[in-house]
Amino acid sequence: MKGSKNRALYGTFMIFMFWYALHFSVHSSVIPSPHETVITFIRIFPDLLLSHLLRSLGRITMAVTVSLIIGVSLGLWIGMNPKIDEIINPIIYILYPVPKIAFLPVLMILFGLGNLSKIVLITIIIIFQIIVTTRDGVKALTKELFYSVRSLGMNQIKIYRHLVIPAVLPKIITALRISVGTSIAVLFFAENFATQYGIGYFIMNSWITVNYTKMFSGILALSIMGLLIFKMIDYVESRLCVWIRVGKMNTDKN
Amino acid sequence: MIEVENLRVDYGEETALYEINLEIEKNTTCAIIGPSGCGKTTLLYALAGLISPKAGKIRINGEEQTGIRQSTGVILQDYGLLPWKTVWDNVALGLQVRKKSRNEIVPVVNQILEELRIEDLKYKYPVELSGGQRQRVAIARTLTISPDLLLMDEPSSALDAITKEQIQNLILRIFKNNPMTIVLVTHNIAEAVFLGQKIVIMEKAGIKHILDNPYFGDEELREKMDFYRICLKVRRWMEMKGR
Ligand SMILES: Nc1ncnc2c1ncn2[C@@H]1O[C@H](COP(=O)(O)OP(=O)(O)O)[C@@H](O)[C@H]1O
Ligand SMILES: [Mg+2]
Repeated sequence: MKGSKNRALYGTFMIFMFWYALHFSVHSSVIPSPHETVITFIRIFPDLLLSHLLRSLGRITMAVTVSLIIGVSLGLWIGMNPKIDEIINPIIYILYPVPKIAFLPVLMILFGLGNLSKIVLITIIIIFQIIVTTRDGVKALTKELFYSVRSLGMNQIKIYRHLVIPAVLPKIITALRISVGTSIAVLFFAENFATQYGIGYFIMNSWITVNYTKMFSGILALSIMGLLIFKMIDYVESRLCVWIRVGKMNTDKN
Repeated sequence: MIEVENLRVDYGEETALYEINLEIEKNTTCAIIGPSGCGKTTLLYALAGLISPKAGKIRINGEEQTGIRQSTGVILQDYGLLPWKTVWDNVALGLQVRKKSRNEIVPVVNQILEELRIEDLKYKYPVELSGGQRQRVAIARTLTISPDLLLMDEPSSALDAITKEQIQNLILRIFKNNPMTIVLVTHNIAEAVFLGQKIVIMEKAGIKHILDNPYFGDEELREKMDFYRICLKVRRWMEMKGR
């Protein structure tokens, strides 16, 4: 615990050093100094940044929640039924690498210019990762494990509860981490269109109005938001997947 | 009493078991031995009701086998412990599935953990255990449901020589202390002779010979000449050319 705190401090310190170095060597207002940025950040956070940030956070939360619910259910279903996998796998295989981000204009026509089209865009981008990870997690379970729990007298629902879901949980959490990173990037792009709210809009708007300190405050806010979400996922993982940590400790020892 | 009648099991095109006939008396032990790939595990799965035969019947205590039986305990080759559950939760699983209340589960689980001398491990996860400890946990898990039939697939094959004998002694002790039928699959001759009251020698997809073992039950058997004599007999049967 202490080690990870020191590491975070060290990381922050190094980034600030690098930032200062850049600031002094570039000699341009494009890279404002870290202390100026932090001061602006603190000044505009309560009235301005917070509301933009919350809008963005809301969109990400919605998209991630919907993707998790649909993606995990689909992944479990496909993973448990080889016949369905055979039918659906070719479709996923073709859709997965399609750059779905290019569909934003189509989505805005179909779902309007508001939040919905942005949420749908993030969802269709991250859901594949979640479906595939969940499915592969189920498929990795050995036949023997299924036999073993069935011999204990478990019915289908109990098999999900005691075997399938705990087995895929750590994999879903890893997929979630990747998905959140992707969603923030996609959101940044999507918030450049047809909206006056959201941290993506705020950053690009500051850029257009040539206010680089404000722009950097926005970037700082977005980074902090990402970091907090990651920390939250770490916490959930440490609570739900104790056995993984124990397993890692054991291999470290050997 | 287990009666197997003209049992046949297929995996797609391949016939894994053909015309198997076997009787195992109630509260006796039976060791099934044979080379790798001959169908031992398949026979055990069929007895457990985990796979359905292509033809033939299995009757247990006069009742025809149609699926999983409530009082059959099964220990598979890789022990089948759930990595995300502690030893205690793994052992409690059978009772939990049978909808027993916490008050009923706690004393049973603790008593069995104590009996198998693994109560110190109860908060550990399977990754933290040695092979012998994992096997003890798997045995404990099946004992909680007080099985009248215990099926084991290669109970000691993954263990080192000393742990192997400890587990075999434990299985013998459990058999002596609790009335139950034990069927175990092995490819180890010494294990078959030490733990099998009846020794079934298999060849590819079939039974080659059935031996009765009059010396079964002696805990010091390994130190006696009779043990080696019967081991030799089993070995000769295994090496004999098949039908
Ligand atoms: N799930 C399966 N699908 C297809 N063939 C199988 C399967 N399980 C076992 N077999 C085949 O059936 C035969 C018997 O296997 P098994 O019962 O595992 O043998 P043993 O336990 O004696 O080593 C082997 O030839 C094996 O390849
Ligand atoms: Mg086998």
